[in-house]
Amino acid sequence: MNWAWTNLDLIWDRTIDHLILSVPPIILSFVIALPLGWLANRYRLSRGVILTASGLLYAIPSFPMFIVLPALVGTTLRSPLNLVIALTIYGVALMVRVVADGLASVDVDVQRSAVAVGFSTWTNFWQVELPLAGPVLLAGLRVVAVSTVSLATVGAVIGAQSLGSLFTDGFQRGIQAEIIAGIVATVLLALLLDGALVAAGRIALPWTRLRKTSKVETAT
Amino acid sequence: MTIFGAAIAWILDAANYTGAGAIPGRVLEHLGFTFLTLVVASAIAIPFGFAIGHTGRGRGLAVAVSGGLRAIPTLGLLTLVALWIGIGLGAPYVALTVLAIPPILAGAYAGFEAIDRGAIDAARAVGMSEAQILGQVEIPLGLPLLIGGLRSAALQVVATATLAAYVADFGLGRYLFSGLKTRDYAQMLGGSILVVVLALALEGIFAMIQRIVVPRGVATSRLPVDRARSARPRPGMESAITKGNR
Repeated sequence: MNWAWTNLDLIWDRTIDHLILSVPPIILSFVIALPLGWLANRYRLSRGVILTASGLLYAIPSFPMFIVLPALVGTTLRSPLNLVIALTIYGVALMVRVVADGLASVDVDVQRSAVAVGFSTWTNFWQVELPLAGPVLLAGLRVVAVSTVSLATVGAVIGAQSLGSLFTDGFQRGIQAEIIAGIVATVLLALLLDGALVAAGRIALPWTRLRKTSKVETAT
Repeated sequence: MTIFGAAIAWILDAANYTGAGAIPGRVLEHLGFTFLTLVVASAIAIPFGFAIGHTGRGRGLAVAVSGGLRAIPTLGLLTLVALWIGIGLGAPYVALTVLAIPPILAGAYAGFEAIDRGAIDAARAVGMSEAQILGQVEIPLGLPLLIGGLRSAALQVVATATLAAYVADFGLGRYLFSGLKTRDYAQMLGGSILVVVLALALEGIFAMIQRIVVPRGVATSRLPVDRARSARPRPGMESAITKGNR
């Protein structure tokens, strides 16, 4: 524990680095996955293509992804942008399926009613489908948040600063406490973001507070 | 795209196919390591998963343990274990077995839970023993989800095995790390392409197995997705009422 107390500054700095790396991908993956998931849910052909592609992207190991991306998009290897793009790809790959499933879970009778009373496709999506799929989307976003925070540590092996730097540094210098501090900080950060999403969900989906919604498991 | 040309040239370079650290040897190391880790993790996780799925007891604990293990960063676990038991292959084996357990465990009990209760009750009603129910009803019907669990475990292991080269001279990850150190981007990229191809190939194989293991009766009787029925679970009206009357 002594190591952690004397190096609180370092842990704090790396936590901030980590937040800068992991928060944008979480937000971006939600924003990008929304239209893609809608498209996947809407047409049979697009469903096959989008879900297969996202499944394959998700199967790509993170370390090689960090190395291949710069060659494809022209970022430098160690730039935060490289990691943000890679983590966004993983987030979108996870989230697209959740969005498609979430939209599919909306009761067809409700959708037909909405069409019957004159909702256009656009208003139907924003005012009926999206709110009703909300709990499923939130559950998926929570998985994305936790996995993004965990994955961001891998960037340390290519030299990008994050809480993962505590692992590589602790390993090279033989300081167990540093690695343990890094693990604890990563898990705490994941829990913190998860809690923030739950709180955001309570504000955005006030009706879910009334009855306990069943937990939707998003197995990967 | 000349960078990719250099990477492909590196993969095809005959010099990389002889001596220590040749590509075929590295690929075999990587695959063998993945296979062995999966076997050990399965030997631990599957019996527990089946027991939880069959009895329905201990589910909360299993969810908490596997959920908690998933939040732990793989690189942190890897480096920590490596400091404990020393540089070499031991640490990756221990760390990756631990990482492979949660998805397999989840696949095993989720497979049992997804079975229509009516099928199990019917099996019991016609006089099947608990062992027969387990072996002839629950395991075959739960197999696709178990394979799904193995599939995500395999992905996890292949990916983390690449990182394992950080603590041991081992597998395809070695090319990535030595390329990083010497700023040899062609080697780094070539090695990355090999890992990606390996991961996608495994993904494809598992997807195929997952399709094959669906019992014939289930596969033929499976209806196209009924869009008219809400897929959202309705709490309180679960299995007994809705499924029994279907």
